[in-house]
Amino acid sequence: MKKILCAILAIVMVLAFTACGSKDTSSKSEKAAKVLTIDEVEKTVAAKMEKVEKDDFKIGLICLHDENSTYDNNFIQALKEVQKELGLKDEQVLIKTNINEDDACYNAAAELVDKGCNIVCADSFGHESYMIQAAKEFPDVQFCHATGTRAQTELVSNYHNAFASIYEGRYLAGVAAGMKLNEMIDAGKITADKAVIGYVGAFDYAEVVSGMTSFYLGAKAICPSATMKVVYTSSWFDIAKEKESALKLINSGCVLISQHADSEGAPKACEEKGVPNVAYNISTISMGPTTALISSKIDWSVYFKMIIDTALKGGTIPTDYCGTMKEGAVKLTELNEKAAAKGTQEKIDEIKAKLESGEVKVFDTKTFTVDGKELTTYTADIVDAGDFVPDSEAVVDGQFAESSKRSAPYFAIKYIDGIEDL
Amino acid sequence: MKTVEKHIKEPLFHITRRTDMAPLKAWGIRFLAIVAALIVSSLIIVTITKYNPIEVYVKMIEGSFGSERKFFILLQNTAMLLCISLAVTPAFKMKFWNLGAEGQVLVGGLASAACMFYAGDSLPSGVLIVIMLITSVLSGIIWGVLPAVFKAIWRTNESLFTLMMNYVAIQLVAFFIMLWVPNGSSVMGVINQRTGAGWLPEIFGQKYAVNLIIVAAITVAMFIYLHFSKQGYEISVVGESENTARYVGINVKKVIIRTMVISGAICGLAGFLLVSGTNHTVSKELAGGMGFTAIMVSWLAKFEPVMMIFTSMFIVFLQRGAGEIAMALRLNESVSDILTGVIIFFIIGSEFFINYKINKRSKAKEAK
Repeated sequence: MKKILCAILAIVMVLAFTACGSKDTSSKSEKAAKVLTIDEVEKTVAAKMEKVEKDDFKIGLICLHDENSTYDNNFIQALKEVQKELGLKDEQVLIKTNINEDDACYNAAAELVDKGCNIVCADSFGHESYMIQAAKEFPDVQFCHATGTRAQTELVSNYHNAFASIYEGRYLAGVAAGMKLNEMIDAGKITADKAVIGYVGAFDYAEVVSGMTSFYLGAKAICPSATMKVVYTSSWFDIAKEKESALKLINSGCVLISQHADSEGAPKACEEKGVPNVAYNISTISMGPTTALISSKIDWSVYFKMIIDTALKGGTIPTDYCGTMKEGAVKLTELNEKAAAKGTQEKIDEIKAKLESGEVKVFDTKTFTVDGKELTTYTADIVDAGDFVPDSEAVVDGQFAESSKRSAPYFAIKYIDGIEDL
Repeated sequence: MKTVEKHIKEPLFHITRRTDMAPLKAWGIRFLAIVAALIVSSLIIVTITKYNPIEVYVKMIEGSFGSERKFFILLQNTAMLLCISLAVTPAFKMKFWNLGAEGQVLVGGLASAACMFYAGDSLPSGVLIVIMLITSVLSGIIWGVLPAVFKAIWRTNESLFTLMMNYVAIQLVAFFIMLWVPNGSSVMGVINQRTGAGWLPEIFGQKYAVNLIIVAAITVAMFIYLHFSKQGYEISVVGESENTARYVGINVKKVIIRTMVISGAICGLAGFLLVSGTNHTVSKELAGGMGFTAIMVSWLAKFEPVMMIFTSMFIVFLQRGAGEIAMALRLNESVSDILTGVIIFFIIGSEFFINYKINKRSKAKEAK
């Protein structure tokens, strides 16, 4: 017992010691001496890629999960599609699945380099540190990381980030949801004040918050009385938890569900309960033939095609690429006519045209309030120096300028009025 | 008497334990089991994937031995699994069902990460590493010894207790990541990526070398401890029968607590190696199920540390092969999971035939 007591005392001491240890955030972040804007980075840092012969070209993709995750499946299908289109062989397109966000990611990247890949991509936010590590070690290979934030501050010339203005797609998906809510109100199934949307989110991270807010704004533009309740699962892929969360929302009175989590959990729960669902990444009509309305997605084939093209012709891959709806990088999947309200497609087309012309802005500050007030200024954490300190003004010309200063979303206002935690 | 005898019906088969099988024959049976498993797996491969099974097996081997890098990854992953297997072994040998290795590894890793996070800038890396090692081991001990104390004093069920401690550890990790990374992504990222403070150094140009050396040392130490020390003997006696142990004057409570201190300490050390020597980060997936796989490794090797080198390497070989098949042949990893399942099923099955004899009802007795 004495020994144990000693041990416990010792650990308490050590813990106390570490807790007292100076927590100097300024030195921890080791801010880059001068933060460059994305444009400056593009001009000075991004390295030119030498032309690669098509037969010698290889690309690798590192996925956190496999095809069972809607998120990873969206990447895998996009890359396979590009492979088919360009006539590349299977040995030239290497896909590594179930790669954790740790040393395994570095190893996977290094193995892909060993196999002769000219470009290595990774699809999960947590892969970033390890992709940067690999990029530094293999300067002749291009490393492209989706959803990351550090290309701007790391300044590694062969390391690139990519994302897309998915908030546009979310907004349109919200329009489909709003149409459905209106249909329910018109049919007398619910009263206007009961138009409550349920949202299953993975984490309360900017990417998720931005997605849910743009979705809600789209729905609200059509059905002004709509409100939204949110539940987080604390995991990007957890079938049981996502299903359970969707059921919890349905049981608490939500009449339509959407989600930003990567499994079939929520769509299937909705099909069971007969509640309409709006999804993300892939069409979920097969999971919910009578309830799946539509999905918004990033079409990664646009990006894949662009970087492969760059490799085959020689050129520079953008340090921080943000795909848009106009160029087809943000899309809606097929509308499920069986489940959607009448006239949804027409409405979507109408709003889509307005978005593209600039007549409608997703984060127009006149369309929402925060704590009852219009949003006139907001400092967002855009420059990722590892300090989590907001650094840049994001409200520009009457709108929250999402994804304009960095591709990865930074709308992190929890919440605008109308959205609340369940 | 005669009528009674008539009613005692001997079953068609009955199973008896056997201890007489020659080691060579036992190994022959194991070998046959693997061959049988490969044949069955081949049939499965042909039926569902239409691939040539030989091609699949070649890819599987390439997954571990295809390049120097792959070989070192095999060694590294084996070392980590082996380390955790060695940790659970004394407890299992004592029939203390420690299902909490996962949590013990996690808190060990969390302690290391905490030191790196808070003291990374203020302490020289050498000092920091020593502190990380100590805090990790102590954290592992706390996580291991709590259920042991409750078991020793109040006879609580250690399986449930250790299992529940895993969830506490997972939530603790989630909590601290949220505290340290306020952006809500719950991704810690590499800690001290620019300074490398608290990272185990590369030696011989191999970043895993320190891990491998430490685990090799633990393997030898555990072998000596279990076979040639008084404490190791006490563990065996308590495992065979607590009453016998008490009768010969062994303090059972003390042995239980002492053994779990060792078990927890090695788990904590594994957590340290995973954070400081491998990932340089902490996440809920740090132990990645190894705390449970380790139990299988330990049992398959019959608690023999040297045998565990092979069983753990075999499991890692299958895992690495699975990944390679998935990439090279574009098969979902589930296919390779099926193959792994078949192979392990056959191996465990062969142990049954080695340890037990199936007796058929003899004709002579029936005639009586």
